[in-house]
Amino acid sequence: MPSAKLEVRSLAMQFSTSGADVAALTPVSFGLSEGSFVSVIGPSGCGKSTLFNIIAGLQPPTGGAVLIDGEDATGTIGRVGYMLQKDLLLPWRTVLDNVVLGMEIKGVSRQRARATALPYLQRYGLGGFEDRYPRELSGGMRQRAALLRTLLLDTDIVLLDEPFGALDAQTRSAMQEWLLQIWADFRKTVVFVTHDVEEAVFLSDEILVMSPRPGRVVDRLTVTLPRPRARSVANSADFISLKERCLAHLGHVTPEMAA
Amino acid sequence: MTTSHISAVPRPRVGRFRFPSVFAPRPAFRRLPVPKKWSQRRIVAVQIAVVVAALGGWEIAALLTWIDPFFWSQPSKIWQTGKIFFTQGDAFTDIFFTLRATVLGFVIGTFAGSALGLSFWWSRNYAAVAQPFVVCFESIPKLALAPLVILVFGIGLTSKVAMAVALTLVVSTLTTYAGVQAVDPDSEKLFYSLGASRMQLFRKLVIPAVLPWTLSVLRVNIGLALTGAIVGEFISSQHGLGREILYAGQTYDIALVWVAVLVLSFFAMLMYVAVAWLEKWLRKGVVR
Repeated sequence: MPSAKLEVRSLAMQFSTSGADVAALTPVSFGLSEGSFVSVIGPSGCGKSTLFNIIAGLQPPTGGAVLIDGEDATGTIGRVGYMLQKDLLLPWRTVLDNVVLGMEIKGVSRQRARATALPYLQRYGLGGFEDRYPRELSGGMRQRAALLRTLLLDTDIVLLDEPFGALDAQTRSAMQEWLLQIWADFRKTVVFVTHDVEEAVFLSDEILVMSPRPGRVVDRLTVTLPRPRARSVANSADFISLKERCLAHLGHVTPEMAA
Repeated sequence: MTTSHISAVPRPRVGRFRFPSVFAPRPAFRRLPVPKKWSQRRIVAVQIAVVVAALGGWEIAALLTWIDPFFWSQPSKIWQTGKIFFTQGDAFTDIFFTLRATVLGFVIGTFAGSALGLSFWWSRNYAAVAQPFVVCFESIPKLALAPLVILVFGIGLTSKVAMAVALTLVVSTLTTYAGVQAVDPDSEKLFYSLGASRMQLFRKLVIPAVLPWTLSVLRVNIGLALTGAIVGEFISSQHGLGREILYAGQTYDIALVWVAVLVLSFFAMLMYVAVAWLEKWLRKGVVR
């Protein structure tokens, strides 16, 4: 696969806990093309977070490699944007200073980083909040700030680990549309982990379905629904059949989900 | 569920049946207790009354020799001695000596302790090696080291500062280290995912995260530093309020003991307020 933006090549991860080897990932391979929005769904404990940690270089795999633009990127940090489940905004920094953290770490002066970030804050619903502190913001706004911090990092690939998991249904649906808008503007390759099948179908070009431990990709679905997508797309026959196919995969593993 | 089974139990008739109450004859409903709140003025008035009553009682008890004024002294005599203390003796030399030792010890102990605690973040191995030593030093009653400290550092200011440092250092170290251990691992993960170096992580995450912990010991430390300085003066010194107290006690000048203790309390309070203010200011400006 010559033109894959991000390629995961037979990635494997084994933990040894109290003498016994536990496989978190059995060789997982896939390639993602540039600018695509790919969701990863699967039950808890299917190794999604492990997969992300490995791609982000935060955990060395026990086998396999991560390639970015065909180049070996295994174990290197700062090459992909990674947004964790929690927003992890620093309480002693203002919203603006939180958003520029990534740029600052990359060596941009705080002055310049602020000037760069400010228009984005205004454009993406945080205008007027740049000098506030995170505790003064609602959950949705905190997630926006955290996502902007990830996106302004000048990386082509962005990993989002259940970014909307803790939000209420209404905020969540607003955030999904906001994310699609921002993705259309930034044109980054997005890998999105979620538990929510509907969310995955609504947002993605492709869906990777993973099985529980040991984690592996059991299905790969292409979502051909036209973009831009309106909420009403959820009523279309294509949407429903995709959703059902995903649910069938997950339904197959219901006992483990309960565990 | 069969009907025959249920019908064995007498069924209450809806509407007319009442459960026999255990809260006989009739529950008295309690009102929500609302604490009385005195005005600030009234509280201050009562506080003044307490002080006047205590001092007046003391004076009267001494005059009527209910208590022995030789050992207990009395407010009027303390007042006289205080006037003499401030006008004739070198009171300000003593005060300045003690305060200097306290502030120096406080600053050195707090800074060195915080630095030590922060340094444990850099290496888990180093922290593991050092920890038992820190805990060991913590468990030593530092005041018991006073004679040794005087021998090593002499009877001048240095030994008083050293005592103050000995008392404050460990508290700062342990608290700061607790703060270091409480740094959120997910936040570290975030920094590394952004490509941060160890140094960047330390400066941008660890120090600001630990600062509130360090600040929280400031008020404790100012008290400890004062104790250290006073005990150093007790053992051997040529100046200081601690030496004044010891000297007065040895010459049975009980009123002078009281004067020195009161002056000491006043400055202890002053420093406490100053440090509390400093803490508040730092929290607002740096931590948020």
